[in-house]
Amino acid sequence: MSLKRPAKEQPENFEFSSSSLDIANKVIAKYPKGKQQSAVMDLLYIAQRQNDNWIPLAAMKYIAKILDMPYIKVYEVATFYSMYNLSPVGKYFVQVCTTTPCMIRGANKLVEACKEKISENESELSPDKNCSWMEVECLGACVNAPMMQINDEYYEDLNKEKTLEILDTILKGDTPKAGSYRGRVNNEPENNRKTLMEFKNA
Amino acid sequence: MLKDKDRIFQNLYNDLGSDIISAQKRGDWINTKEIISKGRDWIINEVKESQLRGRGGAGFPTGLKWSFAPKEVGSRPHYLVINGDESEPGTCKDRDILRFEPHKLIEGCLIASYAVQAHVCYIYIRGEYFVDGQKLQAAIDDAYEKKLIGKNASGTGWDLDIYIHYGAGAYICGEETALLESIEGNKGQPRLKPPFPALVGLYGCPTIINNVETIAVVPTILRRGGKWFASLGREKNTGTKIFCISGNVNSPCNVEEEMNIPLKELIEVHAGGVVGGWDNLQAVIPGGSSMPLIPKEKCETLTMDFDSLVAEKSGLGTAGVVVINKDQDIIKCMARIARFYKHESCGQCTPCREGSGWMWRMLERMAKGEASKDEIEMLGDVTKQIEGHTICAFGEGSSWPVQGLLRHFKDEIKKRNKFDPIIKENKNIPYLVDQHLLDKNA
Repeated sequence: MSLKRPAKEQPENFEFSSSSLDIANKVIAKYPKGKQQSAVMDLLYIAQRQNDNWIPLAAMKYIAKILDMPYIKVYEVATFYSMYNLSPVGKYFVQVCTTTPCMIRGANKLVEACKEKISENESELSPDKNCSWMEVECLGACVNAPMMQINDEYYEDLNKEKTLEILDTILKGDTPKAGSYRGRVNNEPENNRKTLMEFKNA
Repeated sequence: MLKDKDRIFQNLYNDLGSDIISAQKRGDWINTKEIISKGRDWIINEVKESQLRGRGGAGFPTGLKWSFAPKEVGSRPHYLVINGDESEPGTCKDRDILRFEPHKLIEGCLIASYAVQAHVCYIYIRGEYFVDGQKLQAAIDDAYEKKLIGKNASGTGWDLDIYIHYGAGAYICGEETALLESIEGNKGQPRLKPPFPALVGLYGCPTIINNVETIAVVPTILRRGGKWFASLGREKNTGTKIFCISGNVNSPCNVEEEMNIPLKELIEVHAGGVVGGWDNLQAVIPGGSSMPLIPKEKCETLTMDFDSLVAEKSGLGTAGVVVINKDQDIIKCMARIARFYKHESCGQCTPCREGSGWMWRMLERMAKGEASKDEIEMLGDVTKQIEGHTICAFGEGSSWPVQGLLRHFKDEIKKRNKFDPIIKENKNIPYLVDQHLLDKNA
């Protein structure tokens, strides 16, 4: 289990914007009547997206009210799952996978790059408060190791130089191109493809 | 090597496009109505005949699982849940199905839902795959628009709604009952079994849970016949499987191959060989991080299927092959896996919650050569205390890799850790595993 602490400085109020509320209502409709609690995970995401990548306690109280469930149960969910950020992480949230398959292909170089460019410690905002990084467990792109995730997108087949380039781009406020950084097409074996050849470049 | 025409996932590398028109050209959705009109029993029998085993790790026979669903729908509706919470280190096959072959999955959902009499299907996708989930959602929207699912899906008279539920970064939600808890809006802590989900599952209703890959191969099996699928691989380990080959290989990749393929062929032919040559191979984790590693000597002749790997005291798991060469510190690699399990333990059962942390801390010390001789036996003992003493299989998953390390690389650990046992030095708390922490603070 990972330790998570809510931020010290919390906004007093939180409400969904009208567009968030629309999405929330669609999500709630996915589940049977009386089982609206199922929507809590998606609603927390919606709150996180609306509130610059993190969820304040006020949002949990607000969601509890919408879904007619105890606040503590929302709090429980928000603290259990690792993808909910309970304190500010900046506009660009960098997650570097360091689990074994990435580790043996040099994920520590990516961590070094983050330390150089963003901040000395993980989960610490960069000087301009726009960016932070952390080590995470397997992100499920092991054949594209080493890799990292920035907000929703995956950046794959990296090395230190490429990582520095990507971090420079986000520190400038741009969004870099997602995908492989060795020019590979999806998950095919590079320069060694032996299967489904008739479709290649078809 | 498997012939290309026998590969189920023709678009594994997205050469052909994942949209519905391209998918139909590849044969998806062609005669869904005809298949379903053959009836529930025929579908389940055909899947049984194919000897398809679940692709999510445990390898449970799929046809048998479907037959556990109650024959008549009572007062409670049935549900079909698809497990796409792929989080096992070394595994990345479901992601490619979600983004490149979504229509195989959706069609499989329709057939499986019909077979187990479910009108609602939830696809649980790990939260990190948000972009890939959006692609699947677009495919689902297309399928609704073409009336392939929804009311009177594909003209079969069966109503089916498919919804995506995103996870939020918890490995444990790949365990089927934890996944149900997660859909119900709770924290993902596994339930006690029995009752099994087939009788009491989502919202207390009968629920069948299958892996993404399992469901995605079903339409092809029914089109080409269970006999065709059973003719690939070997008895009880039939068909094809997507292998993910990662780690120290020259071209890491996903590839669909026949079951029972030699591991050496998989690495040498498809993944371009081990970095530094075959002789530089140290060990292979054959089925995702929770399966015990296999040392090089055995890799020469090993074949990749459920039963032959069990015979080697390992398992096929999710078929995520992690290759580790001699440039890597094997103890450190395992210590990192132990850290993964320490991070992902849900905290419900004490042996797992506490034990996973113990294993990690001991292995970290062993990697640095700071452990004492007696701790090697103690570590083995800790794994035995966890295994079999927890609600779900996470206990086994976290202790097996450590046991594998102890089984095959004990000499390596012994060579590096030569301290005398703490108890001989007359320390105050000899039974404390974390003694070294106290010593540092003293």
